Amino acid sequence: MIRIAGLTRRQWAALALVLGLAVAFLLPMVVTDYRSFQFTLVIIYAIALMGLNLLTGYNGQISIGHGAFYAIGAYTAAIMMDRWEIAYYWTLPAAGVVCLVSGFLFGLPALRLEGLYLALATFALAVATPQILKYFDSWTGGVQGIVLFKPDPPFGLPLSQDQWLYYFSLAIALVMFWAAWNLIHSRIGRAIVAIRDHPIAAQTMGINAPLYKSMTFGVSALYTGVAGALGAIVVQFVAPDSFSVFLSISFLVGAVVGGLASFTGAIYGGLFVVFIPNISEEISQAAPWAIYGAFLLVFMYVMPSGIAGFLRRIGAWIARRNAS
Amino acid sequence: MMRMIGRHSAAIFVAAALSAGSAAAANYGPGVTDTEIKLGSTNPFSGPASAYGTIAKAASAYFDKVNAEQGGVNGRKIDFIMRDDGYSPPKTVEQARKLVEQDQVLAMFQNLGTPTNTAIVKYLNAKKVPHLFVATGASKWDQPDKYPWTTGWQPSYQTEAKVYAKYILENLPNAKIGILYQNDDYGKDYLEGFHEGLGDKAKDLIVAEVSYEVTDPTVDSQIISLKDSGADVFFNVTTPKFAAQAIRKAYDIGWHPTQFLNNVSTSKAAVIDPAGVEKAKGIISSYYLKDPTDPQWNDDPAVQAYREFMAQYYPDGDPADLFNIYGYAVAQLMVEVIRKCGDDLTRENLMKQALSVDHFEIATLLPGISVTTGPDDHAALEQLQLQQFDGKEWVLFGDIVGTE
Amino acid sequence: MELVLQQVLSGLATGGIYASVALAVVMIYQAIEHFNFAQGEMAMFSTYVAWSLIQIGMPYWVAFGLTLVISFIGGVLIERIVLRPLHRAPILSQIIAFIALFVIFNSVAGWIFTYTIKPFPSPFPEEPIFGTFISTHQVGVIGVTLVMLGILFVFFNFSRIGLAMRAAAQNPESSRLVGIPVGWMTALGWGLASAIGAVAGMMVAPIVFLEPNMMVGILLYGFAGALLGGVTSPTGAVVGGFLVGVIENLVGTFVPFIGTELKLTVALVIIVGVLTIKPSGLFGRPVVTRV
Repeated sequence: MIRIAGLTRRQWAALALVLGLAVAFLLPMVVTDYRSFQFTLVIIYAIALMGLNLLTGYNGQISIGHGAFYAIGAYTAAIMMDRWEIAYYWTLPAAGVVCLVSGFLFGLPALRLEGLYLALATFALAVATPQILKYFDSWTGGVQGIVLFKPDPPFGLPLSQDQWLYYFSLAIALVMFWAAWNLIHSRIGRAIVAIRDHPIAAQTMGINAPLYKSMTFGVSALYTGVAGALGAIVVQFVAPDSFSVFLSISFLVGAVVGGLASFTGAIYGGLFVVFIPNISEEISQAAPWAIYGAFLLVFMYVMPSGIAGFLRRIGAWIARRNAS
Repeated sequence: MMRMIGRHSAAIFVAAALSAGSAAAANYGPGVTDTEIKLGSTNPFSGPASAYGTIAKAASAYFDKVNAEQGGVNGRKIDFIMRDDGYSPPKTVEQARKLVEQDQVLAMFQNLGTPTNTAIVKYLNAKKVPHLFVATGASKWDQPDKYPWTTGWQPSYQTEAKVYAKYILENLPNAKIGILYQNDDYGKDYLEGFHEGLGDKAKDLIVAEVSYEVTDPTVDSQIISLKDSGADVFFNVTTPKFAAQAIRKAYDIGWHPTQFLNNVSTSKAAVIDPAGVEKAKGIISSYYLKDPTDPQWNDDPAVQAYREFMAQYYPDGDPADLFNIYGYAVAQLMVEVIRKCGDDLTRENLMKQALSVDHFEIATLLPGISVTTGPDDHAALEQLQLQQFDGKEWVLFGDIVGTE
Repeated sequence: MELVLQQVLSGLATGGIYASVALAVVMIYQAIEHFNFAQGEMAMFSTYVAWSLIQIGMPYWVAFGLTLVISFIGGVLIERIVLRPLHRAPILSQIIAFIALFVIFNSVAGWIFTYTIKPFPSPFPEEPIFGTFISTHQVGVIGVTLVMLGILFVFFNFSRIGLAMRAAAQNPESSRLVGIPVGWMTALGWGLASAIGAVAGMMVAPIVFLEPNMMVGILLYGFAGALLGGVTSPTGAVVGGFLVGVIENLVGTFVPFIGTELKLTVALVIIVGVLTIKPSGLFGRPVVTRV
């Protein structure tokens, strides 16, 4: 057993987890409401990226259309809250179920499509999303969108609205990450990964690949949909312009830059999605996208397997040095 | 830590405000010092709507000019903080909160876009932050009861559509109208205003309505359908690229209706010239600004001053772009409002002054058009001047239309 | 009935644009077995290069030729400098690099050339020779696309270098064994795709006007056309491009409840539908997976 400073790798991971949780829990106490709101967005994007990660990272199916599921989740929440005056927390399971079903249904025909074709089909979905939202305007409020109210903390907790939403989102994220962890480390999870690594071998070993792939698509959409519902609650507004194709693209960017097939990768990805555009515009308001693009290239050169993969390699390197 | 500093400084503000109670000379809201006033704005500098980003940049350049040449307004320099939202409403919320809570701006000015402003209008009104002269033509900003802290700037799309509707009812009572509109909030606003303006006649007169998406490469197919509908009046509700395409295509396929063009696309340089001046002959539109590319204003002192301003303070910008003269004009209104505040630079007083502008004239507005606001009138500009393109320049005709 | 004919003609004209972009898409696919999301933006940038050359007084065809050369060199350099370091990285990392190129070109073009639309000259006469429903330029675009298709066909099927490129893309290991410089073949593919994109851009710009977002929507249709026809087949891509143009117009005009609001969506559904039945596209060769 390799030890670094007397601790095994597993112990280091546990320590990092505890420290990470402590930071996450204390954060809203020490920062402004605005920052709490910003980190709430990080958490929400991390959930969405976890969903994409299940599909792309663990199952090997590329999607450039997860913004569509994020939109479905957001609109499910918005319509329930605005039209039927249902409490915000009930909208999350509903958004999850709606997205699970739509993801599964989209996954069925998509099964026939491999790699590039699937990527393009999902891309088409992302492009069509704003149009479809505008078309069903009696439900979605059309181009004007739906404005929502911000929930107050329950039980008279001494928290601001932003702090409460942060903790609420954090709790949801913890539950969903825990569930994903159990899924990936179960029999089903091993089958999902086997389909990615050895598709034909997995088939011959009796894994029902089409079913698993569609199910993964559905679960992946569920995660992204719940994130979308949370996003609608936190931002208090949904409109077709919130779900343009660039949302889907920034999800893919976040998932890859953060690190595929990694739980921490989703968190790094969430940080990237929220903060890198802000840093880019601080550098240049003449061409912020050019700076953003440069960031992407640098990240890919330095960390081709994402931030999580990079940190893992550094950890392994330290371990090797210690061993020798 | 930040949070504590925030509270701490708030306490200082309160203390300062109390101690200065008798000396009303220095009554400051957030973001104001003896030497500086902070304003904030969210705009698309990245993404597909980046073309609009230049408005705020032109306004910012005008503030630079005022800071450099006049030492600011009443001795305070304007610090105009622009933030990029990429035209994505969630990002607008984030950036607006950053401006209000972190940068501590006194007010918002010229936030761009209808969906983006819709995402923050409730937040800003709840926080009582002035949300001044938004850069969108939606009519919903002029709702004093619902949004007491919000004011519009340009004549609303609905106002403009009603001007054309009125003209059609008076001059072309038997029109068969075909409409091309962009399928978003802007296009639908025009459509709604136009229907309202025509009233009961709408369903008889309108024979075709077709839309396009901003991602469509061309509107050729739509123009063919409109021609086929038998329309003899064409209401063109499109942004510059599509406006130029539509004008050219209609002419090329031999469709020569009476054309009404929304003023989003009246630019001679960006629409009429690319479409071809002979193809645009006879088009009717309306506007409130002097188009710097229209030859009739070549010797106009205001337009010349604008050109000099662009060359000196915003050399990266295109002087032919109407968005720049738009930003230049609205920044002058903002400076006027701050000037009227004197040393009472609280949010309340800023709002009060913004809502008591009386016939303020800006040299780059068309002759006879001025800005008037009031407690029940949160729309800065509500006047338009009809104009017709004669193959060379826009010829103004008729009276100024609209309320003050 | 006349309306149908007009819409079909107009669809073919727009389809010509899609077809020329689809050709560039197929070209890059031949070289790297993937799509390049930055292709449209590179084409847009090339068109700005041509526009600048014409602005400084160069005759159209000189500017045209020079733009092709610049675009070719630019494409090769992008492959050598930007993508070479990533050629062993996972495919998704490369896709991120494409997205990076997309945003960089888009943003830099807006910064340098501003967002005001610019008319771009057509090399073809202004007078309508083929009736009022299709302009001479649009016929010209179709002609240019077909000529490019012919050149590509000859290049890939009969020239040594074209065959070597195909081999390098399809089986890099074996190609290396027979002495093909695989890396340079990829760079060459990028150069050619960039040059074809430049032609497409210069053909598109007179129709839609030149501005930094000119190709964003069109590239999508180009992808659709290429997929529909089959990404392995230049002929398929061209046919696919025309089909997309026509389908889109007919759906938008004649299916009332869809109308113009959902025509893109429906066109996409049709394409995905075709792909689920025939995954390699109408003209493509099926992908065989070896275990």
